[in-house]
Amino acid sequence: MTAATSSPATPAPKSAPKPDPKPDRVYFFGTCLVDMLYPEAGLAGMDLLRHAGVTVIFPEGQSCCGQPARNSGYLEEAKAVARAQLDAFPGDLPIVVPSGSCAGMMKTHYPHLFEGDPDQPRAIAFAARIHELTAFLVNVLGVTLQDKGEPMTVTWHPSCHSLREMGVTDEPKALLRQLANVTLVENSRERECCGFGGTFAVRQAAVSTAMVADKLASVRDTGAGTLLSGDCGCLMNIGGHAEKVGDGTRCRHIAEFLMERCHAR
Amino acid sequence: MHAKGGVADGGHHPEHGPRFAERAPDALNNPQLRRNFRRAMDGLMAKRAAQFPDPAYWAELRERGAAVKARALSKLPELLERLESNLTANGVQVHWAETTDEANAIVLDILQRAGARTVIKGKSMVSEEMHLNAHLERHGIEAVESDLGEYIIQLAGETPSHIVMPCIHKNKDEISDLFAEKIPGLGRTGDVDELTAAARRVLRDRFASADAGISGVNFAVAETGTLVLIENEGNGRLSTTLPPLHIAVTGIEKVVETLDDVVPLLALLPRSATGQPITTYVNMISGPRKPGEKDGPTAVHLVLLDAGRSRVYQDVELADTLRCIRCAACMNHCPVYTRVGGHTYNAIYPGPIGKILTPQLQGLDAAGDQPHASTLCNACAEVCPVKIPIPDLLVRLRREAVRPTEETATHLPVVKDGGAERSRMESLVWAGWRLVYTRPLLYRMVTRALAWGGNWVPASAPLMRDWTRARAKPRFKPRTLHDLARERGYLNEVPK
Repeated sequence: MTAATSSPATPAPKSAPKPDPKPDRVYFFGTCLVDMLYPEAGLAGMDLLRHAGVTVIFPEGQSCCGQPARNSGYLEEAKAVARAQLDAFPGDLPIVVPSGSCAGMMKTHYPHLFEGDPDQPRAIAFAARIHELTAFLVNVLGVTLQDKGEPMTVTWHPSCHSLREMGVTDEPKALLRQLANVTLVENSRERECCGFGGTFAVRQAAVSTAMVADKLASVRDTGAGTLLSGDCGCLMNIGGHAEKVGDGTRCRHIAEFLMERCHAR
Repeated sequence: MHAKGGVADGGHHPEHGPRFAERAPDALNNPQLRRNFRRAMDGLMAKRAAQFPDPAYWAELRERGAAVKARALSKLPELLERLESNLTANGVQVHWAETTDEANAIVLDILQRAGARTVIKGKSMVSEEMHLNAHLERHGIEAVESDLGEYIIQLAGETPSHIVMPCIHKNKDEISDLFAEKIPGLGRTGDVDELTAAARRVLRDRFASADAGISGVNFAVAETGTLVLIENEGNGRLSTTLPPLHIAVTGIEKVVETLDDVVPLLALLPRSATGQPITTYVNMISGPRKPGEKDGPTAVHLVLLDAGRSRVYQDVELADTLRCIRCAACMNHCPVYTRVGGHTYNAIYPGPIGKILTPQLQGLDAAGDQPHASTLCNACAEVCPVKIPIPDLLVRLRREAVRPTEETATHLPVVKDGGAERSRMESLVWAGWRLVYTRPLLYRMVTRALAWGGNWVPASAPLMRDWTRARAKPRFKPRTLHDLARERGYLNEVPK
């Protein structure tokens, strides 16, 4: 993996099969939400990488990608926190992220965030090293999974940023299709936002509630008892709403689900 | 944050009325309205998708569309001058209006000089921006909308809820009730053809008798001095050819350089808007009736409106807003718009494009809440035919809205009323956040404290209250990923 030579105006390259040889070491960026609320999802992501034969490094100095401040318009604050991440992940190893949204922030927005800043070349190089977890497992590592679980049906929720910033479309489904006993059914509004949007959920509470209620209804219509996603913000929103209204749908991070099915921790 | 004790109360003035978050529940609690929008937007999304089956073709076409508009904007002053001189050579009289008041005065003056008492109007969002009908009415001139959707909302005394389909918020039954009440001699009918025929009967008389026609413009071609106007009902053609006087009103950003430039835009606009390969009518207006010609108006005027656009043009990033060709694909695909409809935005231009345009035209004091009415889901950017980075511009405007006063005082504020949404409370929260998230040791202390006691935060706490109204409280886990990673033997650094 080498530093990007593209100009900041060039959009970050979308996740696509990489010609690079399989790396034997990677960094893991856990994200702040996973760190505090869904640590088992982060751990499962690291374990999946370890099972694929990769040495995983989790730098102690990491915290947050900075997206909450950026999306609130506090760009200086976002940049300060982003810079702390540039410092926490030295060298040129790939950085794997169990969230399409945080990955999207670092890959597509860091170069612009550092415009006119002496650290911009560093931010551009950093952005080029960012990989969303499921895309990395499929496109870079080419993992094969052995399903050991009971037959069950699941449905998938792609986060908006994994879809539309990271270009991750089929990768998570490709992983799920490898599981012999898992049936994947699509929900009717799969590509529509769940209404989380970070502070949107509280700033525009009523609209957000209408969105998440519709999302849960379309999930319920599939008859699958389990909703999987690669982003804990969406899971916190959809799962939190399901719990509040007494809906039994289980909402889980895909990494945790795959670990449980294939490596039964 | 909404005005009631929110952290971002900022400088919002009560005279601007309730904010987006406060207006939204009215629409959300109206099941009929929500069904109308959902059904209409689902239909429009499916029709658009069917028009662009090949992603490579779509990517190439929108690249061309974006390039055409970007090039036009890059030489906007020069193109506007060329447009004026070529239009003038074609016999079209060109007028410049810096404000909507000036534009209204110009239109009124032209009409009064011609002794016009009645006007037939084609659909024009710029005329909505001017509140032109109300202005003319105050001066004793009656303007009748001839686009079916516009005609319906004019009868109902409402404003457009969508920039392409202004009465999309109404269903057939509601229109049937309205027509039965307003059109003499028409009973209540559920038959769409009968309803359309009734409107046509009324409007035919108006076309024939109007003293003047007023229309908008989709593309103004500098090279040839041509006004391109697309529509489906023929009302645009009638409004611009039947009356003896035609006045077109448009924003200065509608200029393109050459007739060739119209080609990709024409391929993009109807497909993105209504899922049509092309509109039923494509009007190319190139001047008044010439000696010996049998039809067409004897005088044609163009009013070019600025109304804040040249200010948008000053900023290299925000200027992308002016690429917009008003197709409405962004609102058709917006999960927020679909649920609340156009009127909730309380603005001429609703939906994603409105959320970036309104605060720039009206200022952040009046519309600083608009950029926050978005999850930044990027659905708009994905379908924009001229590649306007709407989510990035929403973030930019959020940024302008919370700029510190020191900056807005010393620098020329890029957007009117920069800093209008800034509150001491919110800026302190982010300063604290920055402190914690840039210092690994402090971050570890804070996250450990939350792991230990975070779940004791009551559901009634500020912010948590808004979250828990519809969702369970998030649960802090006793050990963070930082803890678990070390316990499982994951390395902290790359081994030497």
